[in-house]
Amino acid sequence: MNTLYRPRSSSPARIGLAAVLILFTSLGILSVFNTLESGYAAEETNPRADYWRLVRSNENGYSAVTGRETNELIQGSGEVWRQLRNGPIATYGALLMLFTLLALGAFYLYRGKVELGHPRSGDTVERWNKQERILHWYTAVLFILLAFTGLSLLYGRAVLIPLLGHDGFSSYAIICKWVHNIAGPFFIVGLVVMILLWFKHNIPDKTDIKWFLEFGGMIGDKHPSAKRMNAGEKAWFWTLFFAGAGVAISGLVLDFPNFDQEREIIQLAHLTHAILAILLMSFSLGHIYIGTIGTEGALEGMVTGRVDTTWARQHHDLWYEEIRDQGKSVSSPMPDTTEGQTETP
Amino acid sequence: MARMKFLCDTERCIECNGCVTACKNEHQVPWGVNRRRVVTIDDGEPGERSISVACMHCSDAPCAAVCPVDCFYTTEEGVVLHDKDICIGCGYCFYACPFGAPQYPQSGLFGSRGKMDKCTFCAGGPEPDHSLEEVEKYGRNRLAEGKLPLCAEVCATKALLAGDGDKVADIYRERVTRREGRPNTWGWNTAYKD
Repeated sequence: MNTLYRPRSSSPARIGLAAVLILFTSLGILSVFNTLESGYAAEETNPRADYWRLVRSNENGYSAVTGRETNELIQGSGEVWRQLRNGPIATYGALLMLFTLLALGAFYLYRGKVELGHPRSGDTVERWNKQERILHWYTAVLFILLAFTGLSLLYGRAVLIPLLGHDGFSSYAIICKWVHNIAGPFFIVGLVVMILLWFKHNIPDKTDIKWFLEFGGMIGDKHPSAKRMNAGEKAWFWTLFFAGAGVAISGLVLDFPNFDQEREIIQLAHLTHAILAILLMSFSLGHIYIGTIGTEGALEGMVTGRVDTTWARQHHDLWYEEIRDQGKSVSSPMPDTTEGQTETP
Repeated sequence: MARMKFLCDTERCIECNGCVTACKNEHQVPWGVNRRRVVTIDDGEPGERSISVACMHCSDAPCAAVCPVDCFYTTEEGVVLHDKDICIGCGYCFYACPFGAPQYPQSGLFGSRGKMDKCTFCAGGPEPDHSLEEVEKYGRNRLAEGKLPLCAEVCATKALLAGDGDKVADIYRERVTRREGRPNTWGWNTAYKD
Protein backbone atom coordinates (compact mmCIF):
# COMPACT_ATOMS: atom_id res chain seq x y z
CA MET A 1 0.00 0.00 0.00
CA ASN A 2 2.69 2.42 0.96
CA THR A 3 4.48 1.87 -2.26
CA LEU A 4 1.39 2.82 -4.19
CA TYR A 5 0.52 5.86 -2.09
CA ARG A 6 2.74 8.85 -2.60
CA PRO A 7 1.78 12.07 -0.89
CA ARG A 8 1.83 15.16 -3.14
CA SER A 9 4.96 17.19 -3.10
CA SER A 10 4.17 20.80 -2.37
CA SER A 11 6.77 22.37 -4.57
CA PRO A 12 6.64 26.17 -5.13
CA ALA A 13 5.84 25.62 -8.83
CA ARG A 14 2.71 23.67 -8.02
CA ILE A 15 1.54 26.23 -5.48
CA GLY A 16 2.04 28.96 -8.07
CA LEU A 17 0.00 27.03 -10.63
CA ALA A 18 -2.84 26.49 -8.15
CA ALA A 19 -2.87 30.19 -7.32
CA VAL A 20 -3.12 31.14 -10.99
CA LEU A 21 -5.92 28.62 -11.51
CA ILE A 22 -7.87 29.94 -8.54
CA LEU A 23 -7.39 33.48 -9.76
CA PHE A 24 -8.67 32.71 -13.25
CA THR A 25 -11.57 30.69 -11.95
CA SER A 26 -12.67 33.43 -9.60
CA LEU A 27 -12.27 36.00 -12.34
CA GLY A 28 -14.42 33.85 -14.56
CA ILE A 29 -17.10 33.54 -11.90
CA LEU A 30 -16.96 37.26 -11.31
CA SER A 31 -17.35 37.99 -14.99
CA VAL A 32 -20.36 35.69 -15.10
CA PHE A 33 -21.89 37.57 -12.21
CA ASN A 34 -21.13 40.82 -13.95
CA THR A 35 -22.84 39.64 -17.10
CA LEU A 36 -25.89 38.52 -15.13
CA GLU A 37 -26.05 41.81 -13.29
CA SER A 38 -25.75 43.92 -16.40
CA GLY A 39 -28.30 41.63 -18.06
CA TYR A 40 -30.78 42.24 -15.31
CA ALA A 41 -30.04 45.92 -15.31
CA ALA A 42 -30.84 46.30 -19.03
CA GLU A 43 -33.86 43.93 -18.73
CA GLU A 44 -32.96 42.07 -21.85
CA THR A 45 -35.66 39.88 -23.23
CA ASN A 46 -35.62 37.10 -25.72
CA PRO A 47 -35.70 38.74 -29.16
CA ARG A 48 -37.50 35.77 -30.69
CA ALA A 49 -40.16 35.86 -28.00
CA ASP A 50 -40.52 39.59 -28.60
CA TYR A 51 -40.98 38.95 -32.28
CA TRP A 52 -43.79 36.46 -31.78
CA ARG A 53 -45.39 38.71 -29.20
CA LEU A 54 -45.54 41.42 -31.87
CA VAL A 55 -47.01 38.98 -34.37
CA ARG A 56 -49.66 37.73 -31.96
CA SER A 57 -50.67 41.25 -30.98
CA ASN A 58 -51.53 41.86 -34.64
CA GLU A 59 -48.67 44.30 -34.98
CA ASN A 60 -48.33 45.20 -38.62
CA GLY A 61 -45.05 44.78 -40.38
CA TYR A 62 -43.94 45.49 -43.89
CA SER A 63 -44.67 43.45 -46.98
CA ALA A 64 -43.60 44.07 -50.53
CA VAL A 65 -46.85 42.42 -51.58
CA THR A 66 -49.42 45.18 -51.55
CA GLY A 67 -53.06 44.52 -50.85
CA ARG A 68 -55.52 44.42 -48.03
CA GLU A 69 -53.73 43.75 -44.73
CA THR A 70 -50.90 41.90 -46.44
CA ASN A 71 -48.53 43.31 -43.80
CA GLU A 72 -50.38 41.54 -41.00
CA LEU A 73 -48.79 38.16 -40.42
CA ILE A 74 -51.42 36.49 -38.24
CA GLN A 75 -54.87 37.81 -37.40
CA GLY A 76 -56.28 36.34 -34.23
CA SER A 77 -59.86 37.55 -34.46
CA GLY A 78 -60.82 35.28 -37.35
CA GLU A 79 -60.94 32.27 -35.09
CA VAL A 80 -63.17 34.12 -32.61
CA TRP A 81 -65.48 35.09 -35.45
CA ARG A 82 -65.60 31.51 -36.67
CA GLN A 83 -66.41 30.16 -33.20
CA LEU A 84 -69.17 32.73 -32.63
CA ARG A 85 -70.72 32.32 -36.08
CA ASN A 86 -70.64 28.54 -36.22
CA GLY A 87 -71.39 28.14 -32.52
CA PRO A 88 -73.80 30.30 -30.53
CA ILE A 89 -75.16 32.41 -33.40
CA ALA A 90 -76.04 29.49 -35.65
CA THR A 91 -77.32 27.37 -32.75
CA TYR A 92 -79.28 29.90 -30.71
CA GLY A 93 -80.44 31.68 -33.87
CA ALA A 94 -82.04 28.50 -35.16
CA LEU A 95 -83.48 27.72 -31.71
CA LEU A 96 -84.95 31.22 -31.37
CA MET A 97 -86.67 31.07 -34.75
CA LEU A 98 -87.94 27.53 -34.18
CA PHE A 99 -89.15 28.48 -30.70
CA THR A 100 -90.98 31.50 -32.13
CA LEU A 101 -92.66 29.32 -34.76
CA LEU A 102 -93.65 26.72 -32.17
CA ALA A 103 -94.90 29.38 -29.75
CA LEU A 104 -97.04 30.95 -32.49
CA GLY A 105 -98.38 27.54 -33.46
CA ALA A 106 -99.20 26.75 -29.85
CA PHE A 107 -100.85 30.15 -29.43
CA TYR A 108 -102.95 29.58 -32.53
CA LEU A 109 -104.10 26.24 -31.16
CA TYR A 110 -104.92 27.86 -27.81
CA ARG A 111 -106.52 31.09 -28.98
CA GLY A 112 -107.30 30.58 -32.64
CA LYS A 113 -107.99 33.55 -34.83
CA VAL A 114 -108.93 36.73 -32.96
CA GLU A 115 -112.28 37.30 -34.55
CA LEU A 116 -114.37 40.40 -34.77
CA GLY A 117 -116.47 40.84 -31.65
CA HIS A 118 -119.40 42.24 -33.59
CA PRO A 119 -120.76 41.52 -37.06
CA ARG A 120 -119.22 43.46 -39.91
CA SER A 121 -120.94 46.74 -40.59
CA GLY A 122 -120.24 46.53 -44.30
CA ASP A 123 -118.87 50.03 -44.18
CA THR A 124 -115.17 50.56 -44.63
CA VAL A 125 -112.61 53.24 -43.84
CA GLU A 126 -109.24 53.81 -45.43
CA ARG A 127 -106.48 52.54 -43.18
CA TRP A 128 -103.46 52.49 -45.50
CA ASN A 129 -103.30 54.68 -48.58
CA LYS A 130 -101.82 53.44 -51.83
CA GLN A 131 -98.32 54.80 -51.18
CA GLU A 132 -98.24 53.20 -47.76
CA ARG A 133 -99.32 49.85 -49.15
CA ILE A 134 -96.78 49.96 -51.96
CA LEU A 135 -94.11 50.89 -49.43
CA HIS A 136 -95.15 48.09 -47.08
CA TRP A 137 -95.16 45.38 -49.71
CA TYR A 138 -91.99 46.65 -51.36
CA THR A 139 -90.16 46.43 -48.03
CA ALA A 140 -91.88 43.18 -47.06
CA VAL A 141 -90.97 41.39 -50.29
CA LEU A 142 -87.37 42.55 -50.00
CA PHE A 143 -87.31 41.54 -46.32
CA ILE A 144 -88.47 38.02 -47.15
CA LEU A 145 -86.00 37.75 -50.04
CA LEU A 146 -83.18 38.90 -47.77
CA ALA A 147 -84.30 36.58 -45.00
CA PHE A 148 -84.39 33.48 -47.20
CA THR A 149 -81.13 34.23 -48.99
CA GLY A 150 -79.41 35.15 -45.72
CA LEU A 151 -80.65 32.04 -43.96
CA SER A 152 -79.52 29.96 -46.93
CA LEU A 153 -75.98 31.28 -46.52
CA LEU A 154 -75.96 30.55 -42.78
CA TYR A 155 -77.81 27.24 -42.67
CA GLY A 156 -77.74 26.03 -46.29
CA ARG A 157 -74.60 23.98 -45.75
CA ALA A 158 -76.31 21.95 -43.04
CA VAL A 159 -79.81 21.87 -44.48
CA LEU A 160 -79.69 22.29 -48.26
CA ILE A 161 -76.46 20.53 -49.31
CA PRO A 162 -77.92 17.13 -48.30
CA LEU A 163 -80.92 17.94 -50.51
CA LEU A 164 -79.35 19.69 -53.50
CA GLY A 165 -75.81 18.35 -53.47
CA HIS A 166 -72.69 20.51 -53.50
CA ASP A 167 -73.01 21.64 -57.13
CA GLY A 168 -76.72 22.32 -56.91
CA PHE A 169 -76.43 24.24 -53.68
CA SER A 170 -73.49 26.23 -55.03
CA SER A 171 -75.56 27.39 -58.02
CA TYR A 172 -78.36 28.37 -55.67
CA ALA A 173 -76.01 30.01 -53.15
CA ILE A 174 -74.35 32.23 -55.75
CA ILE A 175 -77.81 33.53 -56.69
CA CYS A 176 -78.51 34.02 -52.98
CA LYS A 177 -75.32 36.01 -52.58
CA TRP A 178 -76.14 38.32 -55.47
CA VAL A 179 -79.79 38.75 -54.54
CA HIS A 180 -78.81 39.46 -50.95
CA ASN A 181 -76.11 41.97 -51.92
CA ILE A 182 -78.30 43.82 -54.39
CA ALA A 183 -81.63 43.68 -52.54
CA GLY A 184 -79.99 44.97 -49.35
CA PRO A 185 -79.53 48.61 -50.36
CA PHE A 186 -83.04 48.69 -51.88
CA PHE A 187 -84.44 47.36 -48.61
CA ILE A 188 -82.62 50.12 -46.73
CA VAL A 189 -84.37 52.73 -48.92
CA GLY A 190 -87.76 51.19 -48.08
CA LEU A 191 -86.88 50.99 -44.40
CA VAL A 192 -85.79 54.63 -44.19
CA VAL A 193 -88.88 55.92 -46.02
CA MET A 194 -91.07 53.75 -43.78
CA ILE A 195 -89.46 55.07 -40.62
CA LEU A 196 -89.87 58.68 -41.78
CA LEU A 197 -93.45 58.17 -42.97
CA TRP A 198 -94.76 56.37 -39.89
CA PHE A 199 -92.59 57.98 -37.26
CA LYS A 200 -95.26 60.37 -35.94
CA HIS A 201 -97.77 57.53 -35.45
CA ASN A 202 -95.33 55.43 -33.44
CA ILE A 203 -94.35 57.76 -30.63
CA PRO A 204 -95.12 55.82 -27.43
CA ASP A 205 -97.84 57.19 -25.10
CA LYS A 206 -100.04 56.20 -22.14
CA THR A 207 -102.40 54.01 -24.14
CA ASP A 208 -99.53 51.66 -24.93
CA ILE A 209 -99.02 50.66 -21.29
CA LYS A 210 -102.65 49.65 -20.94
CA TRP A 211 -102.49 47.87 -24.27
CA PHE A 212 -99.51 45.80 -23.15
CA LEU A 213 -101.10 45.07 -19.75
CA GLU A 214 -104.11 43.61 -21.54
CA PHE A 215 -101.91 41.75 -24.04
CA GLY A 216 -103.44 43.70 -26.87
CA GLY A 217 -106.67 41.79 -26.56
CA MET A 218 -104.97 38.65 -27.76
CA ILE A 219 -105.61 36.95 -24.44
CA GLY A 220 -109.10 37.37 -23.04
CA ASP A 221 -111.95 39.26 -24.64
CA LYS A 222 -110.93 42.80 -23.76
CA HIS A 223 -110.17 45.26 -26.52
CA PRO A 224 -107.66 47.80 -25.23
CA SER A 225 -107.79 51.23 -26.78
CA ALA A 226 -105.32 52.13 -29.49
CA LYS A 227 -104.64 54.97 -31.85
CA ARG A 228 -103.63 54.43 -35.45
CA MET A 229 -100.76 52.21 -34.32
CA ASN A 230 -101.28 49.99 -31.30
CA ALA A 231 -98.44 49.22 -28.90
CA GLY A 232 -97.60 45.98 -30.69
CA GLU A 233 -97.18 47.81 -33.98
CA LYS A 234 -95.12 50.44 -32.20
CA ALA A 235 -92.87 47.74 -30.74
CA TRP A 236 -92.33 46.34 -34.23
CA PHE A 237 -91.65 49.85 -35.54
CA TRP A 238 -88.98 50.55 -32.93
CA THR A 239 -87.44 47.13 -33.39
CA LEU A 240 -87.18 47.90 -37.08
CA PHE A 241 -85.86 51.34 -36.21
CA PHE A 242 -82.97 50.16 -34.03
CA ALA A 243 -82.25 46.62 -35.23
CA GLY A 244 -82.97 47.72 -38.80
CA ALA A 245 -80.44 50.52 -38.52
CA GLY A 246 -77.87 48.06 -37.16
CA VAL A 247 -78.59 45.53 -39.89
CA ALA A 248 -78.44 48.25 -42.54
CA ILE A 249 -75.14 49.75 -41.43
CA SER A 250 -73.44 46.40 -40.86
CA GLY A 251 -74.87 45.19 -44.16
CA LEU A 252 -73.34 48.10 -46.04
CA VAL A 253 -69.96 47.37 -44.44
CA LEU A 254 -70.21 43.79 -45.71
CA ASP A 255 -71.68 44.69 -49.08
CA PHE A 256 -68.96 47.06 -50.23
CA PRO A 257 -65.54 45.53 -49.64
CA ASN A 258 -64.05 47.98 -52.14
CA PHE A 259 -63.36 50.46 -49.33
CA ASP A 260 -60.69 48.11 -47.98
CA GLN A 261 -62.21 47.87 -44.53
CA GLU A 262 -60.18 45.64 -42.25
CA ARG A 263 -61.17 42.11 -41.42
CA GLU A 264 -61.83 42.89 -37.76
CA ILE A 265 -64.43 45.47 -38.79
CA ILE A 266 -65.96 43.04 -41.27
CA GLN A 267 -66.13 40.30 -38.62
CA LEU A 268 -67.82 42.65 -36.16
CA ALA A 269 -70.23 43.80 -38.86
CA HIS A 270 -71.03 40.19 -39.76
CA LEU A 271 -71.77 39.19 -36.15
CA THR A 272 -73.95 42.28 -35.64
CA HIS A 273 -75.71 41.62 -38.93
CA ALA A 274 -76.43 37.98 -38.13
CA ILE A 275 -77.65 38.58 -34.56
CA LEU A 276 -79.90 41.54 -35.43
CA ALA A 277 -81.23 39.90 -38.59
CA ILE A 278 -82.21 36.78 -36.63
CA LEU A 279 -83.98 38.97 -34.05
CA LEU A 280 -85.81 40.81 -36.85
CA MET A 281 -86.79 37.56 -38.54
CA SER A 282 -88.16 36.16 -35.28
CA PHE A 283 -90.13 39.35 -34.65
CA SER A 284 -91.34 39.34 -38.24
CA LEU A 285 -92.83 35.88 -37.72
CA GLY A 286 -95.02 37.36 -34.99
CA HIS A 287 -95.90 40.31 -37.22
CA ILE A 288 -96.83 38.02 -40.10
CA TYR A 289 -98.87 35.80 -37.79
CA ILE A 290 -100.89 38.67 -36.34
CA GLY A 291 -101.32 40.27 -39.74
CA THR A 292 -102.61 37.10 -41.42
CA ILE A 293 -104.11 34.12 -39.61
CA GLY A 294 -103.93 35.70 -36.15
CA THR A 295 -106.41 38.51 -36.59
CA GLU A 296 -109.57 38.59 -38.65
CA GLY A 297 -109.64 41.51 -41.02
CA ALA A 298 -106.09 42.75 -40.52
CA LEU A 299 -104.65 41.59 -43.84
CA GLU A 300 -107.41 43.18 -45.92
CA GLY A 301 -106.34 46.57 -44.57
CA MET A 302 -102.88 46.20 -46.06
CA VAL A 303 -104.17 44.55 -49.25
CA THR A 304 -107.15 46.71 -50.16
CA GLY A 305 -106.27 49.68 -48.02
CA ARG A 306 -109.67 49.70 -46.34
CA VAL A 307 -110.92 48.05 -43.17
CA ASP A 308 -114.41 47.40 -41.88
CA THR A 309 -115.57 49.96 -39.36
CA THR A 310 -116.24 47.14 -36.89
CA TRP A 311 -112.60 46.11 -37.16
CA ALA A 312 -111.45 49.70 -36.80
CA ARG A 313 -113.59 50.20 -33.68
CA GLN A 314 -112.38 46.96 -32.13
CA HIS A 315 -108.65 47.35 -32.76
CA HIS A 316 -108.03 51.05 -33.19
CA ASP A 317 -110.94 52.81 -31.51
CA LEU A 318 -109.16 56.09 -30.81
CA TRP A 319 -107.95 56.30 -34.39
CA TYR A 320 -111.43 55.50 -35.68
CA GLU A 321 -113.01 58.24 -33.57
CA GLU A 322 -110.35 60.65 -34.75
CA ILE A 323 -110.92 60.09 -38.46
CA ARG A 324 -114.69 60.02 -37.99
CA ASP A 325 -114.50 63.40 -36.29
CA GLN A 326 -112.34 64.69 -39.13
CA GLY A 327 -115.15 63.65 -41.41
CA LYS A 328 -113.05 61.34 -43.56
CA SER A 329 -114.95 59.21 -45.99
CA VAL A 330 -116.51 56.03 -44.78
CA SER A 331 -117.87 53.96 -47.61
CA SER A 332 -119.42 50.65 -48.50
CA PRO A 333 -117.05 47.92 -49.64
CA MET A 334 -118.13 47.98 -53.28
CA PRO A 335 -117.12 51.35 -54.64
CA ASP A 336 -118.21 50.50 -58.21
CA THR A 337 -121.88 50.19 -57.23
CA THR A 338 -122.00 52.78 -54.49
CA GLU A 339 -119.61 55.29 -55.90
CA GLY A 340 -119.79 58.73 -54.44
CA GLN A 341 -121.86 57.70 -51.47
CA THR A 342 -120.59 58.53 -48.06
CA GLU A 343 -122.18 57.49 -44.85
CA THR A 344 -121.59 58.20 -41.26
CA PRO A 345 -122.19 55.28 -38.94
CA MET B 1 -49.04 9.09 -45.92
CA ALA B 2 -46.90 12.05 -45.22
CA ARG B 3 -48.53 15.09 -43.67
CA MET B 4 -47.41 18.07 -45.74
CA LYS B 5 -46.27 21.17 -43.86
CA PHE B 6 -44.64 24.52 -44.48
CA LEU B 7 -42.05 25.95 -42.16
CA CYS B 8 -40.30 29.29 -42.48
CA ASP B 9 -37.12 29.76 -40.50
CA THR B 10 -37.05 33.35 -39.23
CA GLU B 11 -33.31 33.12 -38.63
CA ARG B 12 -32.73 32.49 -42.31
CA CYS B 13 -35.36 34.41 -44.29
CA ILE B 14 -33.75 37.42 -45.93
CA GLU B 15 -36.93 38.84 -47.47
CA CYS B 16 -35.80 38.35 -51.05
CA ASN B 17 -39.38 37.56 -52.16
CA GLY B 18 -38.04 34.81 -54.42
CA CYS B 19 -40.78 32.46 -53.16
CA VAL B 20 -43.48 35.04 -53.96
CA THR B 21 -42.20 35.55 -57.47
CA ALA B 22 -41.60 31.89 -58.20
CA CYS B 23 -45.11 31.00 -57.04
CA LYS B 24 -46.73 33.76 -59.05
CA ASN B 25 -44.90 32.69 -62.17
CA GLU B 26 -45.31 28.95 -61.69
CA HIS B 27 -49.08 29.12 -61.28
CA GLN B 28 -49.76 32.11 -63.55
CA VAL B 29 -51.72 33.70 -60.72
CA PRO B 30 -54.00 36.54 -61.82
CA TRP B 31 -53.12 40.20 -61.38
CA GLY B 32 -53.62 41.39 -57.83
CA VAL B 33 -53.46 37.92 -56.35
CA ASN B 34 -50.42 36.68 -54.47
CA ARG B 35 -50.60 33.23 -52.97
CA ARG B 36 -47.52 33.87 -50.87
CA ARG B 37 -46.07 36.97 -49.29
CA VAL B 38 -43.17 37.91 -47.07
CA VAL B 39 -43.91 39.95 -43.96
CA THR B 40 -41.14 41.76 -42.11
CA ILE B 41 -41.63 42.80 -38.52
CA ASP B 42 -39.51 45.64 -37.11
CA ASP B 43 -38.44 46.45 -40.64
CA GLY B 44 -35.18 48.41 -40.70
CA GLU B 45 -34.57 48.04 -36.96
CA PRO B 46 -32.02 45.81 -35.27
CA GLY B 47 -33.45 42.33 -34.87
CA GLU B 48 -35.91 42.60 -37.77
CA ARG B 49 -37.33 39.26 -38.81
CA SER B 50 -39.06 38.14 -41.98
CA ILE B 51 -41.44 35.29 -42.60
CA SER B 52 -42.77 33.97 -45.84
CA VAL B 53 -46.42 33.08 -45.35
CA ALA B 54 -49.09 31.41 -47.45
CA CYS B 55 -51.85 28.94 -46.76
CA MET B 56 -50.55 26.75 -43.92
CA HIS B 57 -52.92 23.87 -44.74
CA CYS B 58 -54.34 23.77 -41.22
CA SER B 59 -55.55 20.54 -39.63
CA ASP B 60 -58.78 22.13 -38.39
CA ALA B 61 -58.98 24.68 -41.17
CA PRO B 62 -61.06 27.76 -40.25
CA CYS B 63 -61.72 28.48 -43.95
CA ALA B 64 -63.34 25.08 -44.39
CA ALA B 65 -65.34 25.51 -41.20
CA VAL B 66 -66.98 28.78 -42.25
CA CYS B 67 -67.44 28.10 -45.99
CA PRO B 68 -71.20 28.38 -46.65
CA VAL B 69 -70.99 26.05 -49.66
CA ASP B 70 -68.48 23.56 -48.19
CA CYS B 71 -66.04 23.83 -51.10
CA PHE B 72 -62.90 22.86 -49.15
CA TYR B 73 -61.43 19.40 -48.81
CA THR B 74 -58.26 18.01 -47.29
CA THR B 75 -56.18 15.55 -49.26
CA GLU B 76 -54.64 12.42 -47.76
CA GLU B 77 -51.43 14.39 -47.45
CA GLY B 78 -53.06 17.06 -45.32
CA VAL B 79 -53.18 19.65 -48.11
CA VAL B 80 -56.24 21.91 -47.89
CA LEU B 81 -57.69 22.45 -51.37
CA HIS B 82 -60.89 23.98 -52.66
CA ASP B 83 -63.22 23.57 -55.60
CA LYS B 84 -63.52 26.80 -57.59
CA ASP B 85 -66.63 25.50 -59.34
CA ILE B 86 -68.40 25.46 -55.99
CA CYS B 87 -66.87 28.63 -54.47
CA ILE B 88 -69.28 31.58 -54.55
CA GLY B 89 -66.72 34.28 -53.64
CA CYS B 90 -68.37 35.30 -50.36
CA GLY B 91 -65.12 36.16 -48.60
CA TYR B 92 -65.82 34.22 -45.39
CA CYS B 93 -62.63 32.15 -45.64
CA PHE B 94 -60.64 35.37 -45.82
CA TYR B 95 -62.32 36.64 -42.65
CA ALA B 96 -61.60 33.41 -40.79
CA CYS B 97 -58.08 32.61 -42.00
CA PRO B 98 -55.37 33.55 -39.47
CA PHE B 99 -52.74 33.83 -42.22
CA GLY B 100 -54.58 35.95 -44.77
CA ALA B 101 -54.20 33.20 -47.34
CA PRO B 102 -57.44 33.40 -49.38
CA GLN B 103 -57.29 35.96 -52.19
CA TYR B 104 -59.94 37.17 -54.60
CA PRO B 105 -59.60 38.59 -58.05
CA GLN B 106 -62.01 41.52 -58.27
CA SER B 107 -64.64 40.45 -60.72
CA GLY B 108 -67.14 43.25 -60.90
CA LEU B 109 -68.84 46.23 -59.33
CA PHE B 110 -68.05 47.53 -55.86
CA GLY B 111 -65.15 45.18 -55.31
CA SER B 112 -67.33 42.10 -55.66
CA ARG B 113 -65.20 39.03 -55.29
CA GLY B 114 -64.49 36.40 -57.88
CA LYS B 115 -63.64 32.78 -57.09
CA MET B 116 -61.22 32.49 -54.21
CA ASP B 117 -57.61 31.64 -54.98
CA LYS B 118 -55.01 30.42 -52.55
CA CYS B 119 -51.86 28.35 -52.21
CA THR B 120 -52.46 24.74 -53.22
CA PHE B 121 -49.15 23.41 -51.86
CA CYS B 122 -48.50 22.97 -55.59
CA ALA B 123 -51.14 20.23 -55.55
CA GLY B 124 -53.69 21.57 -58.07
CA GLY B 125 -57.39 21.05 -57.51
CA PRO B 126 -60.18 18.51 -57.83
CA GLU B 127 -59.83 18.19 -61.62
CA PRO B 128 -57.81 15.30 -63.09
CA ASP B 129 -54.05 15.72 -62.52
CA HIS B 130 -52.28 17.79 -65.18
CA SER B 131 -55.53 18.51 -67.05
CA LEU B 132 -55.80 21.89 -68.78
CA GLU B 133 -58.73 22.77 -66.52
CA GLU B 134 -56.67 22.12 -63.41
CA VAL B 135 -53.75 24.21 -64.66
CA GLU B 136 -56.00 27.11 -65.62
CA LYS B 137 -57.88 27.17 -62.33
CA TYR B 138 -55.27 26.16 -59.78
CA GLY B 139 -51.87 26.26 -61.49
CA ARG B 140 -49.41 23.43 -61.75
CA ASN B 141 -49.73 20.20 -59.84
CA ARG B 142 -46.14 19.54 -58.82
CA LEU B 143 -47.06 17.07 -56.10
CA ALA B 144 -48.53 14.77 -58.75
CA GLU B 145 -45.19 15.02 -60.58
CA GLY B 146 -43.41 13.87 -57.43
CA LYS B 147 -42.05 17.35 -56.71
CA LEU B 148 -42.44 19.59 -53.69
CA PRO B 149 -43.68 23.22 -53.70
CA LEU B 150 -41.60 25.53 -55.85
CA CYS B 151 -41.43 28.35 -53.28
CA ALA B 152 -39.37 26.17 -50.96
CA GLU B 153 -37.36 24.75 -53.82
CA VAL B 154 -36.19 28.18 -54.98
CA CYS B 155 -35.53 29.52 -51.48
CA ALA B 156 -31.89 30.61 -51.59
CA THR B 157 -31.25 30.38 -47.86
CA LYS B 158 -33.51 27.36 -47.40
CA ALA B 159 -35.47 29.37 -44.88
CA LEU B 160 -38.69 28.06 -46.36
CA LEU B 161 -39.16 24.33 -45.99
CA ALA B 162 -42.04 22.38 -47.50
CA GLY B 163 -42.77 18.70 -47.49
CA ASP B 164 -43.40 15.79 -45.16
CA GLY B 165 -43.96 17.41 -41.78
CA ASP B 166 -41.77 14.91 -39.94
CA LYS B 167 -38.83 15.50 -42.28
CA VAL B 168 -39.31 19.27 -42.13
CA ALA B 169 -39.30 19.06 -38.35
CA ASP B 170 -36.16 16.89 -38.39
CA ILE B 171 -34.31 19.38 -40.57
CA TYR B 172 -35.36 22.27 -38.39
CA ARG B 173 -34.46 20.42 -35.18
CA GLU B 174 -31.04 19.61 -36.60
CA ARG B 175 -30.57 23.28 -37.45
CA VAL B 176 -31.58 24.49 -34.04
CA THR B 177 -29.09 22.17 -32.35
CA ARG B 178 -26.26 23.67 -34.38
CA ARG B 179 -27.27 27.28 -34.13
CA GLU B 180 -25.24 30.13 -32.58
CA GLY B 181 -21.83 29.11 -33.88
CA ARG B 182 -21.45 25.72 -32.26
CA PRO B 183 -23.61 22.75 -31.46
CA ASN B 184 -25.94 23.15 -28.51
CA THR B 185 -25.89 19.39 -28.10
CA TRP B 186 -23.07 19.26 -25.60
CA GLY B 187 -20.64 16.41 -26.11
CA TRP B 188 -22.28 14.95 -29.18
CA ASN B 189 -19.46 15.79 -31.57
CA THR B 190 -17.03 13.90 -29.37
CA ALA B 191 -19.31 11.09 -28.32
CA TYR B 192 -21.12 10.24 -31.55
CA LYS B 193 -19.24 10.23 -34.79
CA ASP B 194 -21.72 9.92 -37.63
